[in-house]
Amino acid sequence: MNAAAAAPAIRLLNLTLGYDRRPAVHHLEGEIAPGEGLAVCGPNGAGKSTLLKGLAGLLAPLGGAIDFVGASPRAAAYLPQVVDIDRAFPIDVRDFVAMGALARIGLWAALNTAERARVAAAIETVGLVGFESRTLETLSGGQMQRALFARLIVQDQPIVLLDEPFGAIDEATIDDLLALIARWRAEGRTVVAVLHELDIVRRAFPRTLLLARECIFWGDTRDALCQKNLVQARAMSEAFDERARECLRDEFDAKAKLHVH
Amino acid sequence: MFIDVFVTPFADYEFMRRALVGSLALAVSGAPLGVFLILRRMSLAGDALSHAILPGAAVGYLVAGLSLPAMTIGGLVAGLVVALAAGAASRFTTLREDASLAAFYLVSLALGVTLVSLRGSNVDLLHVLFGSVVGLDDAALLMLVGVSTVTLVLIALFYRALVMDTLDPLFLRQTSAFGEFTPFLFLALVVLNLVAGFQALGTLMAVGVMMLPAAAARLWTRDLAVALPLAATIGALCGYGGLVFSNETSAPTGPAIILAAGVVYLISMIFGRAGGVLRLKRPRRHLEG
Repeated sequence: MNAAAAAPAIRLLNLTLGYDRRPAVHHLEGEIAPGEGLAVCGPNGAGKSTLLKGLAGLLAPLGGAIDFVGASPRAAAYLPQVVDIDRAFPIDVRDFVAMGALARIGLWAALNTAERARVAAAIETVGLVGFESRTLETLSGGQMQRALFARLIVQDQPIVLLDEPFGAIDEATIDDLLALIARWRAEGRTVVAVLHELDIVRRAFPRTLLLARECIFWGDTRDALCQKNLVQARAMSEAFDERARECLRDEFDAKAKLHVH
Repeated sequence: MFIDVFVTPFADYEFMRRALVGSLALAVSGAPLGVFLILRRMSLAGDALSHAILPGAAVGYLVAGLSLPAMTIGGLVAGLVVALAAGAASRFTTLREDASLAAFYLVSLALGVTLVSLRGSNVDLLHVLFGSVVGLDDAALLMLVGVSTVTLVLIALFYRALVMDTLDPLFLRQTSAFGEFTPFLFLALVVLNLVAGFQALGTLMAVGVMMLPAAAARLWTRDLAVALPLAATIGALCGYGGLVFSNETSAPTGPAIILAAGVVYLISMIFGRAGGVLRLKRPRRHLEG
């Protein structure tokens, strides 16, 4: 599993993401280096999930751009916060995990021996051996999360995007999944995760983006999660301003640059 | 006696043989689509779309009389327009898709009935609403069989995409270029089958051969690879049974076929091994571990 050797850098260029013209991520600027382990933290409504949707290529920017240097957004394996999966769907764990191979085998090719082995290995890695023939509705919440991680393993992408992967998960499962994330990092993959558990962030993610619609701090985790920054992030107003005007910051910035000259 | 009821009508009368071929074709492609509709929780969307087809067929009828190609094209256009418009309305307004679909199909149905009544006699309207599987000419039969073939080929070709789009649409959209296209392909197939069906069974009944065998099949198996052919088989048997019943009692064929499917559905609801009443009410003893 070394297809990830060349993870691209991801550049956020004055990125604004949102819905109905309302920015949820506002003028974000920065670079996620190849192989970086980045935690995205901040209060509810800070735009964390929106940022991940943007990185996964599921949401077009309202302004600015995301530059996957030399790669496409499909180079990311994405685990959404709320997985819209009908658990009553008649599919077993093995077939579900094998969905991860889609990008390689397409709609028509069969799973060859190598892919089957990959699926079996992924199921073993997440500790679901013996569950292969069980349907999704028979899985507990933690087991379902393990199955989703197994699918991410099979996807074998250089970038992994995780949106609150540890909600309602017990500690043993969290430890296993953190070990897996560490392995991904060791293999050179970029891991971007939205997390609320600050102790996990400190343990497993060297870099942190503290987001409250705008960037509060982006840098080393121990600098990012200081009291001053956390208080500032918490002070963000969650409600929209009903009478908000058009954002003219780009024009102001352009003018400011002209004045410098 | 047995042969008189079950074989002779088809041996003696060509229109019965045509009716049989038509309803078999319809069941074989419609019922698997019904299984997907149920899994997508869109069971009533098929019903709504079947109503939506009416004004298109009516316009075709107004322009060209009882002409199969005109009414087919009209129905196809109306069905696709309503399906796309409902999707677009839910995307760009505050109403959800079910509300938009309900609104569009109601308007569409009223428009259709108005259009037909403006010109034709009520007999014609009945023909459009309830169809006539015993009046299938060569063109109608060829279309039914053609639609059935195209549908089965496309389901087979895009099976993986259809399953993934039903199970986890976001995953398919993020990982594959087929993610945006698959829901439209599916809706187009549903509309196509409904349009083909309204010739034989009428707009109101066409959705019955889609949903009832599918619902019955889901009560017998949890395995999709079994449910799809099972639904098609149940649909085909109901088509045959309905025709026999209609021939014996001179009940109208469309409703007779749907009633046959209804009987199978009721039996499945009681005895079904995968979620029937008896299995749920009288579970077997629990296991050791």
